[in-house]
Amino acid sequence: MGEQFISSRGNEYFCEIDEEYLTDRFNLTGLNTEVQYYQYALDLVTDVFDLECDDDMREQIEKSARHLYGLVHARYIVTTRGLAKMIEKFKQGAFGKCPRVICEQQPLLPMGQHDTPNVSAVKLYCAKCEDIYNPKSSRHAAIDGAYFGTSFHNILFQVYPAMMPQRTQRRYEPRIYGFRVHAAAALMRWQDERREEMKERLRSARVETGFEIEDAGDEDIEEDEDDVEGEDGIDDMFEGQMQRV
Amino acid sequence: MSSSSNAAESWISAFCSLVGHEYFAEVSEEFIEDDFNLTGLQSQVPMYKEALEMILDVEPEEDEDDEEEEEEEDDDDDAVLGDANGTGDRFTRAAMRRQMRMASDLSVIESSAELLYGLIHQRYITSRPGIQQMAEKYELCNFGLCPRVFCNGCRVLPVGCSDTPGQETVKLFCPSCLDVYTPPNSRFQSVDGAFFGTTFGCLFFMTFTELDVGARTADSAAGATNGDKPRQQGPSTTTTLPSPLQGPSTTPQPAVINGVTPSNLAPGLGPGNFYEPRIYGFRVSERAKSGPRMKWLRMRPTDVNELDECRRYYEEHEEDGLEVPVEDQNMVDMTVEQTVERRKKAPIRRRRANTANGRTASPMDTNGVVDGG
Repeated sequence: MGEQFISSRGNEYFCEIDEEYLTDRFNLTGLNTEVQYYQYALDLVTDVFDLECDDDMREQIEKSARHLYGLVHARYIVTTRGLAKMIEKFKQGAFGKCPRVICEQQPLLPMGQHDTPNVSAVKLYCAKCEDIYNPKSSRHAAIDGAYFGTSFHNILFQVYPAMMPQRTQRRYEPRIYGFRVHAAAALMRWQDERREEMKERLRSARVETGFEIEDAGDEDIEEDEDDVEGEDGIDDMFEGQMQRV
Repeated sequence: MSSSSNAAESWISAFCSLVGHEYFAEVSEEFIEDDFNLTGLQSQVPMYKEALEMILDVEPEEDEDDEEEEEEEDDDDDAVLGDANGTGDRFTRAAMRRQMRMASDLSVIESSAELLYGLIHQRYITSRPGIQQMAEKYELCNFGLCPRVFCNGCRVLPVGCSDTPGQETVKLFCPSCLDVYTPPNSRFQSVDGAFFGTTFGCLFFMTFTELDVGARTADSAAGATNGDKPRQQGPSTTTTLPSPLQGPSTTPQPAVINGVTPSNLAPGLGPGNFYEPRIYGFRVSERAKSGPRMKWLRMRPTDVNELDECRRYYEEHEEDGLEVPVEDQNMVDMTVEQTVERRKKAPIRRRRANTANGRTASPMDTNGVVDGG
């Protein structure tokens, strides 16, 4: 059933769970209380279902089987093999691209905000802006977030740190006739201060900050500031930060 | 020149009802007919005159007025061809030109007309009637919703990232997170962002200050345009706990900060509204190689007074005996008399708090030039 489930419309986010994983009872610990008709559902998932029953019953069992598959899926995708399968899909952009303009089509990963089923739908995580977005399509918005879980996407980047995109300090600045808008600009300056504090913390801990063009940019700005202060003390800091873009 | 607004369908409404043109407002004909509004467009649009005629549904003219105008334009050509051309000859030439126009130039004029309409549209939506028209579309949720989960389906506005045509496609500006997004539907990827312009998004929210940006609207559940199902909003508290740095604010919050009511200043940001990566319930350390680095992007101070840079500056320099210069005091509404009086009596901090009380500032006040010191 696995293959059939994966290829059906709306299930593009799922990967195929290995037969061995599904048949190892240890991996299914605790799921028998979560899923109705657990044994039949498991039989259906593992393609050994042979119960004669009416259509209603069959439908019930199929629903349970989908639920079971989802819950096992959440466990499977954090295993080595599961991660490898998901990273292939991630590289192909099977989960979509980040809608944020500055993220420049960064591929997304599916995630859940909760590990318990029936609480929230699947969301998409962008590693570049570290934010979560709603899937574009309504058929994906109906998938339970618990089928991916809250940890999977973070584990993936712990295991494959090379997959981590370069973070960027560029951002959209609201402008009116070319002039930045004070309220938004003040907030952004405040946010920039928080960012610089974080970078300072990371530097003192000797950790790479992971921002693109960061070092070059910082040096430039320091020079700029020196120059300006030397000239006539114009407060040009913000301009400098802007030009770093 | 009579416009054919009574005809079956004008070019403008036909253009706006095309697939992918759902974001456009219908520019009023008066706006286009006012030459002042078209200043400078002639040099940007090839076949400007024909394009303009097409937009206004004016038949290419065959009367003598037109002929004379063309005559002026064609002076150079005539000089090259010599004076042998009689008036009759000229007439046939004009007819031929029209025919050629019908055949080969029509598609050129059509694309010119689209470009011209877009550029006029960019100006129109920042005008009073235009912005009003866009507000109606905004109310109807015609532009869609912010895809960001923590914006809770905030309505967005179409904007451009450049005012020059041909650079970027149209984007969507979310007032709740102050960020721009690519429209979910690929049909908008052929719409030029310059047709909306960089100014419109912000000007809109400064014009309609009474709009409650962060409100979870009924329409956001309806999810009208992009066919999304209503979002299942689980309690978002489990994934984001307020970071220990930002406790609840105890200081009184001003009614207006930097010209915006605090509730409308990026309501989708701040504690509880950004995603915190966790593995099995434990937060990922920022020191991890792939740990979080972008929280700042979605931060917002709990105490918005932190954003009053001007006041902060003078508070920090209070001991240096630095007084707030008169021209800087106008950041909030204040009459000159009040300013002078208060300056004599109140210390800076109190004066600020007083003036910020219960006033709604107009967008112009943010420049600090209203009372002119």
